[in-house]
Amino acid sequence: MDPIAKYISQKISKTRWRPISPALLQQPEVFATGSWDNENNSVSIWSVGEHGVSNTDGEFDEEPQLLCASQHDGDVMDLQFLDQDRLVSASSSGAVMIFKLQPDCQALSLAHVWERAHRYSCDNTPCTAVVCRSPELVSVGEDGRVTLYKADQTEVVRVIENADSSTIHAVTFLRTTEVLTVNSIGQLKMWDFRQQSDSPAQILSLTGDRVPLHCVDKHPNQQHIVATGGQDGMLCIWDVRQGNTPFSLIEAHSAEMWEVHFHPSNPSHLFTCSEDGSLLHWETTSGSDMSTLLQIPVAAQPDTVCQQPRCA
Amino acid sequence: MEEVDVEPSTTVIVDSAGFHRKHLGFEWGPGDLLVYETNYKLQGNESCSPFVHIVRRDEDICSPILRKLFNESHLIFVGLQKIKEDIPSKNKKSQFVSISKNYRSVIRACMEELQQNAGKRSHDTHHVSILLAIELIWNLCEVLFIDTAPAGSLLLHLLDWVRLHKSDVDARAREVLQSDSPAQHQSYWDVVISLVLQGRTDEARQVLSKQASLREESSSVFKSMDGLLQTMPIFNPTGTQTLTEFEVKWRHWHEECDRCLQENTFASNRHLETICKILVGDEDTLLEQKELLSTWYHFLVTRLLFTHPTIKPPDLHYYAQSSMNMFLGPRASPEPLDIILLSAFEFDLHQVIKDCSIALNNWWFVAHLTDLLDHCKLLQSHNLHFGSNLREFLVLEYASGLFTHHSLWQLAVDYFDHCPEFGRVYLELQIERVPLDTERKAIKVLRICEDRQMSEQVRSICKIMAKRALRNNRLGSALSWSIRAKDAAFATLISERFLQDYSNKGSFTDLDLLDNLGPAMLLSDRLTFLGKYREFHRLYGEKRFSEAARLLLSLMTAKIAPRSLWMTLLTDALPLLEQKEVIFSVDQTYELMSCLEDCFSSVFQDEDIESTKTELLRLALARNLTMAIVKEGTIET
Repeated sequence: MDPIAKYISQKISKTRWRPISPALLQQPEVFATGSWDNENNSVSIWSVGEHGVSNTDGEFDEEPQLLCASQHDGDVMDLQFLDQDRLVSASSSGAVMIFKLQPDCQALSLAHVWERAHRYSCDNTPCTAVVCRSPELVSVGEDGRVTLYKADQTEVVRVIENADSSTIHAVTFLRTTEVLTVNSIGQLKMWDFRQQSDSPAQILSLTGDRVPLHCVDKHPNQQHIVATGGQDGMLCIWDVRQGNTPFSLIEAHSAEMWEVHFHPSNPSHLFTCSEDGSLLHWETTSGSDMSTLLQIPVAAQPDTVCQQPRCA
Repeated sequence: MEEVDVEPSTTVIVDSAGFHRKHLGFEWGPGDLLVYETNYKLQGNESCSPFVHIVRRDEDICSPILRKLFNESHLIFVGLQKIKEDIPSKNKKSQFVSISKNYRSVIRACMEELQQNAGKRSHDTHHVSILLAIELIWNLCEVLFIDTAPAGSLLLHLLDWVRLHKSDVDARAREVLQSDSPAQHQSYWDVVISLVLQGRTDEARQVLSKQASLREESSSVFKSMDGLLQTMPIFNPTGTQTLTEFEVKWRHWHEECDRCLQENTFASNRHLETICKILVGDEDTLLEQKELLSTWYHFLVTRLLFTHPTIKPPDLHYYAQSSMNMFLGPRASPEPLDIILLSAFEFDLHQVIKDCSIALNNWWFVAHLTDLLDHCKLLQSHNLHFGSNLREFLVLEYASGLFTHHSLWQLAVDYFDHCPEFGRVYLELQIERVPLDTERKAIKVLRICEDRQMSEQVRSICKIMAKRALRNNRLGSALSWSIRAKDAAFATLISERFLQDYSNKGSFTDLDLLDNLGPAMLLSDRLTFLGKYREFHRLYGEKRFSEAARLLLSLMTAKIAPRSLWMTLLTDALPLLEQKEVIFSVDQTYELMSCLEDCFSSVFQDEDIESTKTELLRLALARNLTMAIVKEGTIET
């Protein structure tokens, strides 16, 4: 199926499908986008397939239509849906914001802001990533802080100061109380919130050049398998229980890899997107990784990829 | 400096804060102007406004809808550059025509969207009229220069051009036809005449038939008119008929029309008489239809249709000039658009480009059009006296304007890439000035530089980011930036910072970084020392004393350690010397002693603390030496 391209008047940094309740069998039709590099950035909600009927293969023929949008202070560095109605964004101004979406998708409003969640002593610093497992949120930033929040509480639950001496680029939940972060000196660090100390439970890194890692994603079913992507475009699959080397290393891209995602319901499929302008779809065969590689070239550099669950 | 041959227009800068004083100072920026009040001729207690105002020259760039125009045309531009040189020229021409059509469809789409949003902003209506004019000019250039139709087809293309840009005829025709009694409609004859003026004889006949069915007695008149309209020859470029044959046929038909007029066939109906006169090409009648024609170029094309349908391109400008004069009359002065179109009819490309540059406030149109014409090899490659050719100059100007935009700068990079002479230099200068708020943006900028081997810029940007990180005490970030730039000097600076922290606090900060330096350690000597020193501390902590001792010694003897720290290192050796077990061998102890003497002689310190330490060290070393000699001298039994 050919991708449909539509020009909108802003550069998009992140796009995420809105989750649908598990009881329903339909495909998600609504997605959110966040913009960057504008004087006035915004978070927008779009819908596909509302006007035309999606045909039997589940493909959409229509262009996305804008439903609603809200102003966003600073570039949108990361975007996650907390649940069906709430959207969390990480801003380049250092704030973490929760947006509330009306049930009929007619309006998007700012529900809560944690200002200066990430900061230097006299400056603001971007919050680089945010991850949710309702009701908890974890954010990380260029200041090397890891912050834990609860969605309904105004006070921050816990801050790990100086968790990292370099920028933390991405974070993912491993277990309910454990997160994994990746930083710009090529290390994966595991943090356990049950522990009182502010030091990581485990540090993993590749021997060899310390290439910055930009993205990380956990296998949906197996909590110890994670995939990372970095500045050199290498895709690494790690088993965090054992050792310091990833069990799979693939030269996926020729430039920075911005996002990597396992398919939520079909984890033998992996998607990566990169600054070199390509979006790649990977499939594992019989336990070990790599094989088919379906390349979808895109005109400009994609910053973000997000799949619908349940797509064939 | 070129002479200015057009009086520059005055732009009024409206300022709500109020410039009370008359004396302003200004400074040019890349796309903006900074304006401020000066103290010149200030009297008494008056004071100046303390503000500096930014005046933006090009407001089009900020329109969200026009932004799509820039984005889509960028894609077309890049596609055009990739057309290979070696394909035959006939295929190339069709490709260029389709690219030109692409550009025009982008302009149209933008215009439609602006029209849908019209009323929300007054800017939008202004933009719509400008886009209309741009599309008109582009279409004409496509017909005359890119598609280069020969005589015969030329007129057909010009007819299409006029029809496209005079769309209200269709709306009116529909209105008339859908009314209850079309023949009685007040615009009925206007519609028929408009259709004839545009050469749409079939449709004119269709509308005329509504009339004919009503009046029986004059049906013969209508039949004759219908006959004339039906038999009007239209040149078919793909057919077998040659131009000469067509000319002959057309002459016949023209004479037929003339004969009808002489015989007063249509005397009973003045409207039909008017139409007949038009068919003959009577200029006065055509001029009477000014309101329906509305523009001089419509008049021109209609005139040619009914007097010279086989017009050749070089003869076009005669008729163009005279048409314009006739239509506008002696008093009216032509608008800039009219002058541009006239220059196009005269095949004076350079004049067209020049006039467009002056009339429009944005380089978009001239840059893309000139680039396309240059690809068609239509521009003479005379060099401007500042080095590059016209196409490159315009593309550079356009791209420089884009670069000042907070978001569109990424498009400008591709434009610079396709300017062979100065593009790289411009890019090098501009890319360093992109504001870097987040690391992610810096990474994208760096990727652009690295792809083009702009190592100077890479180093410079990494240094900016590293310095910023250092200022905020993010030593790990600073180090990762230095590694990317392969900047040994900065890595040394960072290591110094670490060592400073160590001597101030007594312990290392950021252990996660130091313990995991890996091969990056080799970037600079100081960094290597730092890594190894930390390793020494770690080995000591793990009680692997002999390895620690070996490492410590190698740090000093291999001269990796800076002299200033030797005292510290030797002091670190002290606890190892004082262990019950002998750790340092005889040779190692001798080396340590020589290091100490070296240290003592070169590093000047007369403080008591230092001399006490030296004393202690000497004592410890001596003791160790004795124990070591004994140990090594003992034969194991």
